[in-house]
Order: sequence, then C-alpha cells, then structure tokens
Amino acid sequence: MRPILLQGHERSLTQIKFNAEGDLLFSCSKDHVINVWYTHNGERLGTYDGNNGTVWTVDVDSESRFLVSGAADNTLRLWSVATGKCLYMWEFPTAVKRVAFNEDDTKVVCITEQRMGHQCAIRVFNINREGDGTDQSEEPLYFFNPIGSKATVCAFTLTPNVVITGHESGKVALFNVKTGEEIENNERAHSDVVTDLQLSKDRTYCVTSSKDKIARIHDTKNLMIIKTYTTETPLNSAALTPTKPYVLLGGGQDAMKVTTTSLRQGKFETRFWHKVYEEEVGRVKGHFGPINTIAVHPAGTCYASGGEDGFIRVHHFDDSYFKAQPYGAVDIED
Amino acid sequence: MATTATTVDDIDYSDIEDKYQVHYDDSFDNMLVVDGIPVIDKSKLEKLVSRICKEFSRKGVSIKPDDIYMPWNDAAGKSQGFMFVELNNADDANVALAAMHNHPFDAKHTLKVNRFTDIERYEKMDETYVEPETEEYTPREHLRAWLADPQGRDQYVTYRGEDVEIWWHGRPSQSELAMKPDWKDFLYVAWSPLGTYIATLHRQGVRLWGGPSWKPQQRFAHPLVKLIDFSPCEQYLVTWSNEAIVVPEGAPQGPQYLSPDDEGNNIAVWDIKSGDLLRTFSTYNENDPPSAKKQMQWPALKWSPDDKFVARVTPGQMISVHELPSMYLHGKKSLKIEGVVDFEWCPQGDKDREDAEKDALASANGAAAKTGKKARENMLVYWTPEVANQPARVTLLGFPSRAILRQKNLFNVTECKLYWQNQGDFLCVKVDRHTKTKKSIFCNLEIFRVREKDYPVEVVELKDTVTDFSWEPKGERFAIVSSNDPNLGNPGPGITIKTDVSFYQLEHGKNDFKLLRTLPSRTSNAIRWSPRGRHVVLATVGSSSKSELEFWDLDFNNEDANRREGQVSKEEWGSGIQLLGTADHYALTDVEWDPSGRYLATSASSWTHTLENGYAIWDFRGQEITKQIQDRFKQFIWRPRPRTLLTKDQQRHVRKNLKEYSRTFDEDDAAEESNVSAELIALRKRLVDEWNAWRVRSRAEFFGEGGPRNGKRAEAKAEKEEIEVWIDEVIDQIEEEIVE
Repeated sequence: MRPILLQGHERSLTQIKFNAEGDLLFSCSKDHVINVWYTHNGERLGTYDGNNGTVWTVDVDSESRFLVSGAADNTLRLWSVATGKCLYMWEFPTAVKRVAFNEDDTKVVCITEQRMGHQCAIRVFNINREGDGTDQSEEPLYFFNPIGSKATVCAFTLTPNVVITGHESGKVALFNVKTGEEIENNERAHSDVVTDLQLSKDRTYCVTSSKDKIARIHDTKNLMIIKTYTTETPLNSAALTPTKPYVLLGGGQDAMKVTTTSLRQGKFETRFWHKVYEEEVGRVKGHFGPINTIAVHPAGTCYASGGEDGFIRVHHFDDSYFKAQPYGAVDIED
Repeated sequence: MATTATTVDDIDYSDIEDKYQVHYDDSFDNMLVVDGIPVIDKSKLEKLVSRICKEFSRKGVSIKPDDIYMPWNDAAGKSQGFMFVELNNADDANVALAAMHNHPFDAKHTLKVNRFTDIERYEKMDETYVEPETEEYTPREHLRAWLADPQGRDQYVTYRGEDVEIWWHGRPSQSELAMKPDWKDFLYVAWSPLGTYIATLHRQGVRLWGGPSWKPQQRFAHPLVKLIDFSPCEQYLVTWSNEAIVVPEGAPQGPQYLSPDDEGNNIAVWDIKSGDLLRTFSTYNENDPPSAKKQMQWPALKWSPDDKFVARVTPGQMISVHELPSMYLHGKKSLKIEGVVDFEWCPQGDKDREDAEKDALASANGAAAKTGKKARENMLVYWTPEVANQPARVTLLGFPSRAILRQKNLFNVTECKLYWQNQGDFLCVKVDRHTKTKKSIFCNLEIFRVREKDYPVEVVELKDTVTDFSWEPKGERFAIVSSNDPNLGNPGPGITIKTDVSFYQLEHGKNDFKLLRTLPSRTSNAIRWSPRGRHVVLATVGSSSKSELEFWDLDFNNEDANRREGQVSKEEWGSGIQLLGTADHYALTDVEWDPSGRYLATSASSWTHTLENGYAIWDFRGQEITKQIQDRFKQFIWRPRPRTLLTKDQQRHVRKNLKEYSRTFDEDDAAEESNVSAELIALRKRLVDEWNAWRVRSRAEFFGEGGPRNGKRAEAKAEKEEIEVWIDEVIDQIEEEIVE
C-alpha cells in the first residue's frame, strides 16, 4: 500500500510513538509541537501546544489517558490525551531528553541533559492517576546522577525500580533508581552514542541503535548481547516488529552533512533485518533526510518513520508481508 | 658512634680503586714488525736507522731511533734483515701499517710491515684443517604455489584502512581468506606482472613478499619510495621517489644499498633475485629550466618485453637504451632523435616467445641455429612532432640493429598516442589532428600491420575526438570511445560527457579495418577487454551521477572455437555483438578483469572519494557474485597469472575434449549447490533453535512457569471488564396470508 505522508511538522521529527492499541500515533518535533494522528488514515486528531522549545521525547500510557513529554525548554509535561490540556509541568535546570512510563503507568523516568554545569540526571516521578491528573507531587520519587558518560536513552525493565539506559560512550547499563547504583553494565555494547532503545512487547529484551552503525539486541536481565546487525550508516533508531521476526533500522548520515551529499549516498532508507539470521531482507525508501525515529504498531500491522525532513511516513503492511516466508516456514518465538 | 668510627676504617675501597686504577697499555698493538730491510753490518746501523725514521716520517708517522729495536746475529756480525718498531699507540701503528707496507725502500728492498700480534697469532695457529660447518639447507618455498590450487582458484588482494587481506576467489563455498598479513605502515600494495611477488611500499623502501606463507622475499632500500615498476619478466624493479636520494653519514654500504654516488637521483633500478642496486637515474634533465615542472611520465623507464633492454626518453633529444644486467648504455650511445616525444616497445607475442626459446635452444646446442626461423628482433616505435617545416613522423625501429623499418609522415598533428596490440601484431597510432585554424580537433587512427611485409599502414578517419582506445587481447578487433560533447575537455562537477563506443574488426579479404557496430549516446568512458578477448565491459568511471557497466559479447552467435580457426562470413558482419547484461556500481573508480577472463571486479576507492567505498565481483554476464561495501576501502587487485605452462599440443587436447572436462566441473557445481543450501539451512535452523531456546528461558526467568503476564493493571482491567451482549432471539414467526 502507498505510505501515508503526515505533513504536520515544520521541522525534523525527534520521536514518534504508537499508543497501546495502535490507533493513535504521537509525534514530536523540533517545531515545539506534539501532534496526534489517526493511524489508519493519517488524519490529524489534534495537537498538544505549550512547549517553548524542541520537544525531544514523548510517551503515552497504556490506557491512552496520559501523555508525558520532555522538551528543550527544560520542562517535563503531563498532558491529557483526550483534551490536549497540560495537566502538570515539572521544571529542571536543563533540557529533558528522554521520558518513559513504567509497565503499570504509575511512574515516569526522565533523563535531563548534562549542560551549563549541571550533571546528567535521571529522575523518577510518581504519577497520581486518581482524579483529573493535575494533583502531582513536584518532587521526584528518586533522583540520581549516573556516573561516567551521560545517559541518552532509558526505559523501565520488568524488575521493579530498575531502568535500562544507553549512554553517550556506547555503554548500556542497568540502574537501580532507588539507590542510583549501577547493577550491571556493558561498556562495549556500542562504540558511539546510543541513539535509541526500544523494548520488546514483554520487556525481556530490547534493541539499541547507535551512531557506530550497529544495532543490537540485548537481554534486559543480564545485558547479554543476543544479536548484532551491522550496517554501513550511522543509525538513529531501531524498532522490533511483533508477530514477524524483523528489526527495523533507520538512520543516515549526520544532519549537518546532508546538504552536501546526494539522496543516493545518504542511505535514508528504512532497513528490514531478519531478527534471528542477522541478514538484511529489504529496504523502504522515501525520506530525503536521515530517519530520526521509527515506531511499529503494537499489533505489527504497520510502521511509521519520522525523518530529519520533517515528514512522517506511515506504512501499512500489505498482505504479502504477512504471507511472505522468505526463509521457509519456520516457527520463531516473538 | 664508636661503631661507626670503626667501620670507617674498614671501608672497602676496592670498587673505587678498580674504577680509577690506571690501566697500563701492556698489549703489543702498537708494535710493528718491519721485514725486508737490508742486511747490514754494525758500521751502517746508524745510517740505516735514521733513513728508516725519515721514510716513516715522510708518510706521516714520526718515529725516533730509540723506538727501533733491531735483532742482531752476533755470530755473523750482521743484522737479521728485520726490526721491531714501537709506536705511540695502536692507531699510529695502523696508519704506519697502511702507509709503509709494500713500501719500496730502495731498488732491491721492499718493506713488509706486520703487526707484532699478528705474527704471534699466525705462529700459534692450529695447522690442522677444520672442515667449515656447512649451513643447513632450508628449501625455499615455491613462489608459484598458488597455481597448484586443486580448485584452480584465482587470488586477489584487498587493502582497506590499515589491513591487507589476500582472498581466494572461487565458488561461494571456496571463496575464503588466504592470508591476512600484519604488514604495517605502507602506501599501497602491488603485484608483480606474473603474480610471483606482492610488493609493499614503506618509508624505508620496497619489500617483496611471496610463497605460500607470504614470507619476505626481498627488500630494496629506497627511502620514501612512491612508485614502482616491475620488468615484464620479473627480473628487475624500478623505484621512484619524489625526494632526491640522500645518503646519510654512516649508512650501510654494499651492493644492495644506495651509495654517495647516487645522491640527487630519484629513480633506482634493482635486480630482484639478488637485491642489488644496478643503477640510479635522475628524472631531471640538465638542460631543463628548474622552474619547468612537468608531469612525470610513469613508467619513466620502459622495458623491452624480454627484459634485455630498458630505455628512457629525454624529451626532444634522445632515447637512451641500457643493456641488462650491466645497465651500460647500449652501443655506448643514445639514439639521438630530434624532437622525440614518446616511444613504446613492441610486445612479444606467444609466437615470438616460442621462436626466441627455440633460438636459445639452438644456440646452446651448437651451430645448427640457422635452420629455423629467426626470432623477431625487438622493435620500438617513437614519434616526433612537427618542427620547422619537418612533418610529424612515426618511426618503427628495430633494436639492437637500430634499423628504421618503417616511417610515416603526418600533418597537422597535435598529439600522438601509441597503442600496441598485446601480441605485437598491430600498432595503432591515435593521431589527434587539428584543422588549419587549430580550432577543432579530430582523430585519425593509423594502423600498422606489423606482421606483414613492408609494414602496411591503413588509416581510419574519424570526425570526433577519441578519448579511449583499446585492442582486443590476442584479437583483430579494437574498441574506441569517441565523443563530440561540447563539454569535453572542461570537466566540471555534475557534468557527464556523452560518448559513442565503436567496435572495428580487420577484414581479411580487403585487409582493412571495418566498423562492426557503433553504440551511440552512452556515458561509458572506459573499455575493458577480457584478457582472453571476446568479452568486453564498458564502464562509466569517475562520474558522480552515472556508474553503469555494460557487458558485451562480440561472438555471441559463433562458438569460440570457430572464430579461432575459421573466419566470420560476410553476412554475419557485426551481428555477433550482443549485450549480455548491465549492472551498476555506484561511484566506481576501478574496473579489472580477473586473469581467467571469467570475472570482473569493480571497486570504489577511498583515495578518490569517500562515497560507498568497497568492491564488487561480477561474472562475465554481469551477474553480481559478491558486493562488499566497506568504508576506508582503498585497493582491489587480482593476482596476475604467468603464461600457461601447457604446450600447444596439450592445449589442443584440452580444447578437443572440452566436453569431458566440463562434465566434471558441472558435477562439482551441482554438488556444491546442494551442499551450500544444506549448510545454510542447517545454520538457520541452529540460529532459530538457539533463539527460541533463549526466549523460553528468559520468559521463564521473568514470569515463572505461568507464561507471560500482562502487568498488574492489565489484570485489574480484566476483572472490571463489563461484557455487554446483544441477543436477538426469534420467539415466534407468523405468516399471514391475505386473500382478496
């Protein structure tokens, strides 16, 4: 099917996210606006206005009730998904680079940037789900500064109070947010900045992408590297497809170098890799800038990619995608 | 304190004493024995001693009569004819030894000077002969071992980043890494022309490697070497550096090293087997103004195909031919040719080589040399431009006879390029000519048929500019790239020049070259003939927007064997040309056939640009075999093969029984195919099994035996879920019939 082009942003995309049912797609960009779209036809449902700087990150809870966003105006905001109202706002000394809900939507973890003499910090907030959501505590539940290289991405694991983080140095680590203690780390997970980290549906493994042109699947329990996907371009995002054994990788050359290189050299395609065989199985063209973020529908029926070019492309998979068995009929666990 | 005092007395000074002890010179190194002096009696003693002192001081070593002791034969009252001289130190003794040994003292007497210690030593020497220990013989590795590969695979070398790798190229399962040497810090690698050695260019010089274990074979100490060139038979090597040779104080000396005489030169010629330096040259001519910086031609020294001569041109003046291995100027004089611009040696064909071998055999056997056909003499061709009412001229010269075989005058010449067919059958001189106004340039191809009597010349006139010319190896065809694009000559970014590619073939009846076919409006700018002829690849090299490869077969209709024996009949003229396939290798910079003519390698080197560096291998039909995109990729070179070792009869036998041979290969191929897929399937099965096992394990770890849970809240949600069911129930059905 032809992809649906979502042209609602004026500047490059920073993160896109499907809700739990997959009918809505949330997108944030450098133009300060968060948009929400209907997945099936690409119609825009609404916007979340109020941020006064690049919105770096969004996450939506599993009920599609609350949305959290982190932005370069040093705020973490809680929004009502249905009304588009900002329910609560936390302010920090530096920009918020990454937010994520935990499994039962009661906590939010956020990473703030290391800048202006402030260290990179990881904070965990309790989300009060009673009432209209405006009654939140200002103080973080837990707060700590990860030692060493600053964190760039994070997510809650299945173990309570343990987050998995990706770092600027390429390190992937597990932190206990209560104590701020590093439980486990893999210094050599990547050799450059970790750009994305997405969990599998059951949160037992995750895929990371890095500027070192490699994407990897890690076991979230012990950080063991399960699979490695080596490409020839710096990667900005990696996503897992439920029901089908693929990993979607997106990237391209640095944004600053794009104007001096042609489309062909930029490698702005979404790459489909076989999750288990570690072989590339296909590519989807379309963006004319690097791909910044990729998200896959929770049911695995479509995927969306957001690019430096400011567009989101939503691809609904054809029948042939579900029928195709390029490696024969093999049963592969999700 | 008392204890300290006592110890002071007991201090052991022996170490200090040892250190500062005066060592008396008690050796006899300063003693010389002077023999061969006149035998005299007492009366002349004083005179003789003073005379000897004078002789010594004249040579720069002053001695006093007191230093001399002369043994005396008291019984006879005469001297013994020798004496001892004591000098100040060993150095003086050495000087005196060098100066006075074999010094003619007078008409009858010559002084013989020896060290006192030597005499003692030789006297004490053991007279019995001790057999010198023979060094254990270590057999050298066979340098052509790679040819004995049971699968007959070819090799290639890749250079990426800092790593060199040598690969076998064969069927997919047989393509494997042959060697990953740990060579460090070099500019690039190069194969020798017959594939025996691989050379690396280091700061210190060139190193050759070879044999199955890639051991160092030879080295040539030419510091900062930038370019190298092997002689065709791999006997000699030419190296060039842009820095003039400087021999520092204390540099090692010997036949393998540059000597102070070589200072200021840039080019060195070496013997590969011995590693000896044969001669050095300077690239600068004395007559050149120092400011005139020209593009240097490389190779600067051109080898005759049999390695017997090497020649270089001094533009405008002469060609100097040197004999090997002495490197003396042949006939003690250069070929003085006014205005000479460029020259080329005629290559040796297979037939010439056989003749030469027969000649060598005959002359070794004795006088019966005259019976067979004599081998063709070496030939070279040079051209001179128009100077002062003299027309431009192309001259074919025999060497070493220096006989002019053929000369052709040309007019309105801007530039000539000389192209020999690789068997030395034809010579094409591509003449760029200008019109009278000098505004436009067109092209003539002057083709010499060198094997025929009187060297007939035929001209092919073309209206366009020819940018590339290439002979079919061992064939009678050639291909040209011509263009009338107005952008030709002013290259700019994004400009791709439109070209036409034409094929010509010798028509035997008429003895001229006739156009086979023209392929109009291409972008191809490079022609690569397969080393076995017949197949040709047209490539667009060095363009940022186009990178097409076209694979052509020129004998599509006829069997290969037919062409070799019979001739193409008239109605088929040009019809056998068929496009086999097209391909695309983005931003490719190099195109090279493997030595067997079955595969083609294209590469994009990071020396030229940094876009999608890497290499690809295609078969002759344009099917991709492998493609490797690797950043920092620099070099891909096939390992050349030497000429076949099979005799003519053996080759004929193979050709005749080709079907038999090919059957075994087909069987191998089939076995290989099933093998590969079986292996792949097994590997995939293993991967899937491992993955599934891990998934089950990790789920069990997190969730226990009960399988995945969906989080607390999800469960809670499930409890609260209200189920609304709409039920349609048909209770009764009544049919009414209305009767009117």
